Amino acid sequence: MDVKEIKQDPFPGLVEPTDDGAILVTKLDDVINWARSNSLWPLYFGTSCCAIEMMQTGASRHDWSRFGFEVARATPRQADLIIIAGTIVIKMAPVLKRLYDQMPDPKYVIAMGACAISGGPFYYNTYSVVKGADHIIPVDIYIPGCPPRPEALLHGMISLQEKIKHTHNGQQKRA
Amino acid sequence: MNNEELKSAILAIQPAATFDESGEFLNVHISSELLLPLMLELRNNKDFYFDYLFCETCIDWKDHLMMVYHLTSKSLKHTLVVKGKISNRDNAEIESVAGIWKTAEFMEREVYELFGVKFLNHPDLRKLILDDYWTGYPLRKDYSDPVNLIEY
Repeated sequence: MDVKEIKQDPFPGLVEPTDDGAILVTKLDDVINWARSNSLWPLYFGTSCCAIEMMQTGASRHDWSRFGFEVARATPRQADLIIIAGTIVIKMAPVLKRLYDQMPDPKYVIAMGACAISGGPFYYNTYSVVKGADHIIPVDIYIPGCPPRPEALLHGMISLQEKIKHTHNGQQKRA
Repeated sequence: MNNEELKSAILAIQPAATFDESGEFLNVHISSELLLPLMLELRNNKDFYFDYLFCETCIDWKDHLMMVYHLTSKSLKHTLVVKGKISNRDNAEIESVAGIWKTAEFMEREVYELFGVKFLNHPDLRKLILDDYWTGYPLRKDYSDPVNLIEY
């Protein structure tokens, strides 16, 4: 069986050894993006069943700390990634907005599952549900599914890392 | 008490009550004005002793509202459903049973915000889950919300 090796993300730059140390040649953007993308600290934020799947992604079988999401934070002031795992109801919307506002820049948002994307397969026609979290805060990555499997969440999170690595001065590069 | 004994005992204290046995439990239909004295009797009479209100909700039948109370007695092991008809939809009012069963306090707050039934003598009649500034009663059949709801 072919086992695909997970490649470690190399440090973006050249290290030239000298007699008593080394000279490092790199681009500041690359170093910043490398550091940011590999130490995303997610916020503990789950509003329904997607949160169960998110916990599973953090647990030992799928273990998102392999990709740098190790430290989930209980306060938005220490987090720079919010995974919207579940339905956002109208009463929750101002709370979500406040949590997002309390996060320090740069901050990233993942909308996980059908509810966070569009209001959900069951709840889209009700009086109480926000039809997609992007009505409240800007979203970087959308992960479809109901709920998405941990692999899908990991894929979304790695896609976010790729997105961060292609920014320039904090701005998205044009394709 | 079995259903027949319950029926005759209830008719003895409230002759205006009517019955329906098509469901799982014995149903008692009564108008909303006559509800509270009957409920007091059901709770306090040692033969009934309905000490547990396990569900309180409301149904919108378009021309009237109907309060539904599921009562059971933990010691006598009998169950009864009381349905109180509220004819006036626009100014729906009924006496609160929160003074009899404390658990009714939250269930009545929920019915108040979702169906717009005003509970008289309720200790703390505020909205429970919806925003304080919410207008309209979402679980009424004629509720419309052009922003969030799709009309069929």
